[in-house]
Parts: sequence; structure tokens; C-alpha cells
Amino acid sequence: MKKISTLDDLKSAGDKGMKSLFPRGVKIVVGMATSGIASGADKVYEALQSAIKKRKLPFTLTKTGSMGMDFIEPLVEVIEKDKPRVAYGKMTADKVPQLIGQIVKGAIDKIKPIYRVDEEDIIAKREKKHYLTGIVPEYLQDIPTMYEVPFYKKQVKIATRNCGIIDPESIEEYIARGGYLSLHKALTAMSAEGIIEDVIKSGLRGRGGGGFPTGTKWQSCRRAHGDIKYVICNGDEGDPGAYMDRSVMEGDPHSVIEGMIIGAYAVGAQEGYIYVRNEYPLAVANLTKAIADARSSCLLGKNILGTSFNFDIKISKGAGAFVCGESTALMASLEGKAGEPRAKYIHTVEHGLWDRPTNLNNVETWANVPVIISRGGKWFSEIGVPHSTGTKVFSLVGKINNIGLVEVPMGIPLKDIVYDIGGGIPGGKKFKAVQTGGPSGGCIPATMMNLSVDFDALWEAGSMMGSGGMIVMDEKTCMVDLARYFIEFLVSESCGKCTPCREGVRRMNDILHDICAGKGKVGDVEMLEAMAIGIKDGSLCALGGSAPNPVLSTIKYFRAEYDAHIKQKRCPAAVCRALIKYEISAKKCTGCTVCAKKCPSACISGVKKKAHKIDQTKCIKCGICMESCKFNAITVK
Amino acid sequence: MKKAKVEAKTKEIVKKHGRDKTSLIAILQDIQEEYNYLPKEALCAVGEQLEIPISRVYEVATFYNSFSLIPRGRYLVEVCAGTACHVQGAFNLMDRLQRDLEIKRGETTPDNMFTLEEVRCLGCCSLAPVVRIDGNIHPYLTQDGIPKILRNYKTGVTK
Repeated sequence: MKKISTLDDLKSAGDKGMKSLFPRGVKIVVGMATSGIASGADKVYEALQSAIKKRKLPFTLTKTGSMGMDFIEPLVEVIEKDKPRVAYGKMTADKVPQLIGQIVKGAIDKIKPIYRVDEEDIIAKREKKHYLTGIVPEYLQDIPTMYEVPFYKKQVKIATRNCGIIDPESIEEYIARGGYLSLHKALTAMSAEGIIEDVIKSGLRGRGGGGFPTGTKWQSCRRAHGDIKYVICNGDEGDPGAYMDRSVMEGDPHSVIEGMIIGAYAVGAQEGYIYVRNEYPLAVANLTKAIADARSSCLLGKNILGTSFNFDIKISKGAGAFVCGESTALMASLEGKAGEPRAKYIHTVEHGLWDRPTNLNNVETWANVPVIISRGGKWFSEIGVPHSTGTKVFSLVGKINNIGLVEVPMGIPLKDIVYDIGGGIPGGKKFKAVQTGGPSGGCIPATMMNLSVDFDALWEAGSMMGSGGMIVMDEKTCMVDLARYFIEFLVSESCGKCTPCREGVRRMNDILHDICAGKGKVGDVEMLEAMAIGIKDGSLCALGGSAPNPVLSTIKYFRAEYDAHIKQKRCPAAVCRALIKYEISAKKCTGCTVCAKKCPSACISGVKKKAHKIDQTKCIKCGICMESCKFNAITVK
Repeated sequence: MKKAKVEAKTKEIVKKHGRDKTSLIAILQDIQEEYNYLPKEALCAVGEQLEIPISRVYEVATFYNSFSLIPRGRYLVEVCAGTACHVQGAFNLMDRLQRDLEIKRGETTPDNMFTLEEVRCLGCCSLAPVVRIDGNIHPYLTQDGIPKILRNYKTGVTK
């Protein structure tokens, strides 16, 4: 790889990237993030490859990360010179010959595009890139532009600016979209103090959970005594239901690396670590390639960009421990120890990794940094709301139509995310609540739909921003079961170091299990509340301290459900097995025998073409009968 | 497993990591990659090589979920227990797998074919509920879909 040491070198690498982003002929891009591959993107890619080869077409085929539109994956985009970029969703290998035919003909036949992109912002460069020159070709005029599609309309992409657009393995394409220009600006035209000042001005707060002001953290680390300092990227995205960091590490690894180099220069660090979850093999692979490329281009290592600044990054793989997302536990893990947190009255910015000043930020925080440097802290601070500036990436999942990753300005009303972007709840079911913040967060009920999504408003509502998981629940989700689920998660993930978390959470788990099993007693809820106070006050780390949140917030907003379980021995959402009953409606049952054949405990009996019956004493409540009934004859109560 | 062979291999892995105590986790990951679990002989050898007490090696090996001290089967079946998968009924998939494989969570089938485990969120929440088998993610899985998938692995048709 060519050495990059001047602005001209960056420009020529960027020109190369531009050529591969916008080649002269036809370019087909397949979204190949983990979720894309799991939906079959690899098969689509292979089919495209062989079709292009077979027909000897002068097409270029590349891979990219995720655009966030996970509900229509595998996603394929077609770029042709002077025409809009066109996206096709739910592609399969079978549809490939047709798609190729359409491209060759320059028409739309059976495969309808999802959206087109006429022009797009290159946010890190303050530029617009036009795909379209002249007027929109007639066959594309009825296709909405990306910004007209409800899913994208209210989104603002800063941290995920390149995801789903560039090839994550190409440093040139990253540079073409403004990458490493901020690093150049930082190293050649800004002082370390100037950078920190700009980050403080931006109002950027840590995207990993706590929301601590990033610039202030950097400043403390810079001021800390010590010749050797470290920066760390926390990629141990442990919150269940959250995957935005995976997407950034997979789809745009250089944005994290560039952010870290700038941060290291600002705080005065020489070494950096990226701690990635073991469950994310593709993120590890793409980051490894990106670090190697940055190193051979002299953007990492000695004399970065021809200056006297030296810095390098190592990757460390986690080994499956939720608690390692906590900064002090993560540092213990990096030192090769069990990941147990320690008390934080000794700040990690002064005594962190190997007792040296260490600045740790989350993936998304780092990915924001290059844009802040390029566009200025003031520009960033004008996005969002006063105390929560910029954007936040959420993984919008659960019982929602448009499942995917969304990046929205802070302060957006929750209902805009659920209804406008998310497209509402599937199957005509009633929207019940949104869970944010993972096991440390809480549930926000449907009645609070106008809530502004920002750090402080979520905190006041009894939840928290967390790393950005947003799990939507409908009337078929039991809130008591959900509280039990999170507490059970925390029981097995508690590191065991401090008693309130280790023993207290376990006892809460016992009580919740009893309630779900129909053995709840009057007074259990009050007991849970009392224990929560003790655990919150007495735990050593933030994970223990926030462990009772899922229970407290569900009690606060869904007390009636707890009471139904305890007093009436009834699960209103029909989830808790001990309290539910599957029944066959004699009127609707056609006697097709499908359920009887599928029932694993052979508890359904009846004569063919006559209504069947469930033997309640033998039923294990797996629900497979209801899943397999084509006549909606089976109900659960 | 031959003790001397395991020790030699472990020595090689420790050497690759520069006999660095702080690389303990990475060393254990490499050993597990090699044997599919952490053999006792290897753990003892790591302690000796790195000059750290076996109790510390054991502490780390038992602290992290991804390490196994007992041999795993040929295919690791991981049921995702993330929130999105949970609300979509992943617990029913776990039950079905336990019944079909006739083992409990954490166990291995007698023919050493499958080991059944729970994993904390694979980050494929858009495809919930998911099960990962031998590294392949099976999206939108239903209880009904399980027998066929297991059969495919048994007969070697893994995709």
C-alpha cells in the first residue's frame, strides 16, 4: 500500500477511492454485514458473480456493510454512470438473472426497486455527491428517493455515514468520503488542547451507556500525570438486542480507527486497544484488515502523516462476559485477568489500564469524532437538543415492522421512531412499550410516546439511553416475564465480586420466577422494590447499580400485570407457561389433524374432520399447535 | 488425548504469544480453537509456561462464557438469548432443541455430534429468533424448522 504522508497523498488515495465508488460502467454492491449474510446475501453475491461471468458483462461487483434497512435484506444496490443509485430489497439468488436482465435493458420489469438516490451528502467533507446528471430516467421516475422513504426520512447519518456505502475493506473508499482528512487537520493544524476544546464544544456524550461528556474525559486524561497513556475502544457490545457497534465495526472500521488516532493525539497516548466481542467474528476480521491497511499507509505506527506523532492499535477479543462492557472490568480483561470491575473513585483517566492514564470510549463515540473535527464542534452541537447533542444510532428491533438500525437526531419523539421510521407494530397488534438501555435500562410505556429521546428524558422516565438497543413490545409481551428475563440474564452475568449484585439480584430472580410460575405472594412487589434500593446503593459498579431498573420500571408502569400474576394467577399477555392454557375452538377446528401430528407431547386427540381437543394435563405449552394451525382455531389465554 | 502432545502444542501457542502473561485470554482462545475445549493438561501447561498459578488460569477459564472445560461436540448449537429473540419466543426453540437432541442446555449428545448452549445476543436482532450452528446463523427459526436443520447437519448438508 502506498505511503500517505501529505495532503496530496490523501487526495490521490481519495481519487482512487472515488473511481472505485463511482466506476465508469455498472457497479453492483451487495450488503454483506452479518445480518445480510444470515439472510442469504452470500448466495446472492455468488449468483451475481457467476451471472456476470457467464454473460461476460463489464460489471463491477463489490461488498458493503449494512444500510440499516435490515427488514428488506439482502439488499443489492446498482450504480450506473450518470444515473441514480438504485436499491433492490429482499434479493434472492433466483432473482439475479432477472435483475441482470433489467440492468442490461435499462428498464424495470418484475423486480421493483425500493428507492433511488439521486445525490447524497458526504458529511465529513461538507460536499454533495451527485449520482444523477440531467433528469431522472423515465423508468425510475416512480421510484421514491431514499429521503422520501419513511424509514430514512427522519434519519441523520453521522456515525453510520459510510455504512452500506463503502467497501469496508477499502481504505481508499473511506478516504474518498472524507476519511483521514480530519486526522490530517488535527495533526497539522490543531493543538491537542484545541481538539479537546472542539470536542467539549460539540457536547458529545459517551454513546456506550453512561453519557459522560467525551471532551471532559479527554481533558482529564490529558491532564493526568504519566508518560505512557492509552486509549481504548469499547467494542464489547453486550446489551442484548443492540448491534449498532457491530454494524459500525463491520461496515466502517476506519471511522473508529481515525477517531481513536485523533483521540490518542489529543490525550497524549501512544497505544490503543480495540476490545471486540467474541461473538462478532466479521467485525474482528474487518477491523484487523483496516488496522493493517492503515499501518501500511503510515496512518498508524511511527510518524503518522509525516508528523512526529506515533501511535498504534491492537485488537483484543473478548471471551463472552457481559460485565466486560464496564470500563474497569474491560481493562482487567485486557490485562489477561478475570473481568471484575473495581471501585471507580480512582478514575481510569488517571489510573486505568496497567495503572496508567487511560481514555476509554465506545465504538459509536469514536466514529463521531472525525466528523466533529471536520465540521467543528459548533456544527455538531446544533444537531439534537441542548444537553444531548448530535445523533444516536438505535437498533430498532422486536415487534416492529421496519426492523433495523436507525440514526436519528437526539430529542426526536419516541413515536416518530416507532411509527414513522419503524412503521408501527406488525399484525395489527397493540403497541405496548419500548425497552431501552438493555439490562440496565427500563421500559417506556405506550402512554409516553411523546417522550423526547435524549439522555436526560430517558433517565427521568426510569430508563436510560444505554448503548442504543430499542426493543419494541406489543400486547403479547409479558412485562413480568421481561423483567424476569433481564434479571435472569444479570444473575448469570454478575461477576460475583460484590454481594448486593451477586446475592441481591439472585433473590430478585427467585421472586420473579415465583411470580411467573403462579407462586407469587402479596407483598412480593414491595419486597422487590425494597431490594432494588439496596442493590442500587450497595453495588460496586454501574451494572450492579442499574440491575434493578428493568424491574422497577415495569412495576412503575405495569403494576397491574404484576397484580394479575400474583392475585389472579393470570398472565394477561399469555406468555408465562404456568399460567396459560391452549384451547381449540370446536367451531373453528376443521379436524385437519396437523396440530395432533406436530404436538411433541401427544396431548391432542380427535377424529379426522372433527374438532380436536387438548389434554391439559399432558400439555407442555410449547405453542407449536397454535403456530401450525391454519384456521386460527387455537387460542391461548 | 496424549498429555505430552497437548503440552507440546500448548507450549507452541504460548510461545506464539511471546510468553506474555497478559495474553492469557488470547492463549486460552487459541487452545480452545485447537481442541474445541480447554483440556486440563493444557491449562496446567499454560500455568507452568507463563509462571502463574494454575488457580489463576482456572479463574480466567471459568470466568468467561466462551470457554468450556469439557469437550464439545462437532457442532456447537447456540440459541440466541438476546432480548429481541426472547420476545419472539427463543425459549421455545431452546426447549425444542433440548427435546429433539435429548440433552439439557450445556450438554453434548452421546454421539458427540451436538453441544447445546445459550449465547448472549448474536447481534442479529433483525432476524430474531436465531440459532447459530457451527457458525452459521439460522434466521427466523420456528420450532417446526428445527428437525430438518438438525438432520442436515447430521447428514453433512450444512447450508
